[in-house]
Amino acid sequence: MIAFLRARPMVAGVTALLLLFILFSSFLIVPETKQAVIVRFGKPDRILGNTTAGINWRIPFAENVVWIDKRVLDVDMDRQQVLSTDQRRLEVDAFARYRIVDPLRMYISARSEDRVSDALRPILGSELRNELGKRRFAELLSPERQGVMENVRRGLDRVARQYGAEIIDVRIKKADLPDGTPLQSAFDRMRTDREQEARSIRAEGAKRAQIIRAESDAEAARVYAQSFGKDADFYEFYRAMQSYETTFIGDGNERPGATTIILSPDNDFLKEFSGRSR
Amino acid sequence: MNILMGWGGRIRGLFADNKGPWGPTEDGGSSEPPSSEDKGGPWGGPSNPPRRRRGSLNTPGNVTSFDDFVQRSRARFGGGGGAGGGGFGRPDRPLITWAIIAFVVAWLLFTSMHVISPGQRGVVTQFGRYSHTLGPGVGFTMPSPINRVNKIDVENIRNIDLGASNTETLMLTGDQNIIDIAYSVRWNIRDPEQYLFELAQPDETIREVAESAMRAVVARVTLDQAMGESRGLIESQVQEVMQRVLDAYGAGISIQGVAIKQADPPAAVNEAFKDVTAAQQQAQSYINQANAYATQLTQKAQGEAAAFDKVYEEYRLAPEVTRRRMYYETMERVLKKVDKTIVETPGVTPYLPLPQVQKSQPQGANQ
Repeated sequence: MIAFLRARPMVAGVTALLLLFILFSSFLIVPETKQAVIVRFGKPDRILGNTTAGINWRIPFAENVVWIDKRVLDVDMDRQQVLSTDQRRLEVDAFARYRIVDPLRMYISARSEDRVSDALRPILGSELRNELGKRRFAELLSPERQGVMENVRRGLDRVARQYGAEIIDVRIKKADLPDGTPLQSAFDRMRTDREQEARSIRAEGAKRAQIIRAESDAEAARVYAQSFGKDADFYEFYRAMQSYETTFIGDGNERPGATTIILSPDNDFLKEFSGRSR
Repeated sequence: MNILMGWGGRIRGLFADNKGPWGPTEDGGSSEPPSSEDKGGPWGGPSNPPRRRRGSLNTPGNVTSFDDFVQRSRARFGGGGGAGGGGFGRPDRPLITWAIIAFVVAWLLFTSMHVISPGQRGVVTQFGRYSHTLGPGVGFTMPSPINRVNKIDVENIRNIDLGASNTETLMLTGDQNIIDIAYSVRWNIRDPEQYLFELAQPDETIREVAESAMRAVVARVTLDQAMGESRGLIESQVQEVMQRVLDAYGAGISIQGVAIKQADPPAAVNEAFKDVTAAQQQAQSYINQANAYATQLTQKAQGEAAAFDKVYEEYRLAPEVTRRRMYYETMERVLKKVDKTIVETPGVTPYLPLPQVQKSQPQGANQ
């Protein structure tokens, strides 16, 4: 043996390498994130799936390995315009999360995860459009959305099963009014809403101010009446005295125009002027 | 897998190095050409470094091309290289062997001992299969191609910002208004195995789930609620929804909190919203003015009434006298300050020069 090796070093080296290569290519390491379909001469033979992560064996050359992701994958839908039953448009962006549960079926029907996503994407779009199209616009925004999504998930899941996938979840990522008229008219409505609100707030303020003034007027009148009503005759006299002072002298804040008074001796004030004896 | 192949390559390299002697050196007795045909050739001068890197013969095709190269260079430089190669090769050999042994030892040491810092967990996989998780501290595993350790930071709280501040992220609220919202989500890894093995794109998933949850929650409240009192409620609901969805995915992620940084009306209608605030201020100022007026008026009324009451009390004690007194006092005050003209003679109608009277008024006022 040794002699042979010495005699034909090249042959020995190549043979050793070949053996090593065969050894290495006959075992297969399956990571936790993957599952593998072993294809023997083009015919799927077995699946290394959930419980077989780690070292596995295969027949070199005869068996090929197709790797399939075991993790949760996603289908991201293109934006869809949905028309609600009340003829309003909503632009919807949704995604679905799925997992490949039957790698063999997936391999037969789609060959790769990407093609599963590609196949599911338009179906997600149409399922969503169909389901949302049955609702009124307000319902699309309401908590009822949850039930809608469950219906879409079920519908999509039926299709996904054909590809060996299971839809875990479908969710709306965005739901917006389309740009242009619908968005602008929504803005207009919001703006006019606010204008209306602002006006009514101002009017309300003015109204309350007016009421406050009126109440205080009434209050003042009540106070005056209560006080002055005790003796109307004396009030007449008292008020007249005040009024003369204010009219002819001023109330301290402003002086009235200068006044000339022409008195007749008959005046009550001057009745003593001509002497009491008269 | 790649690592394994690399390892395989290394082993092969090791073998080839050990068995290098099969080639030209032990067989030194034979003629020159075989030595150049094997990998002894590359030792010659310039092609030394590639040989070290590659370790050994790669494929037969490669060898022949090397061969060609060597032969051509030999033809050019006159065959001196072969002798020199032998001279270099002998002292190199034990050194290389030692280097390889040292490398292997270091390799075993470095790949089987793992220092896990306090916020981390080391997820150990054996040939790709999950084996166990190392806690903080120093952990030992089998060396690299057998066991691999993925250190995952579990304590570190990560932050995702959604709805950047310079762009608008418009969402529809339950009352069909539009709100511009910006928020951030804080999360960390709760379960490193799940985080590693369950989601194809964890970060992207969290982002999408956050967006979806925020929209679902905002769609349930009114615009005013979203901008004002319900922000805290929205935050906790989004957190709850996100956690539920991610748990359903088996993401191994824990949502620590959601913070709404901004919840404003869209720029297009912002002016109208500001006007509402202005209207509120204005309404309040109307009311303030009215209140001031009211206070003034009632105080005045009360003051006047109180004054009258005082005087009236006095008056009641001696009505006639008080009345006269007040009359005279008032007349005094009034007539003291004004120009007076007394027309006495009855029966004579005096000529009253009104313009003159009025002219004298300023003087009267001055006096």
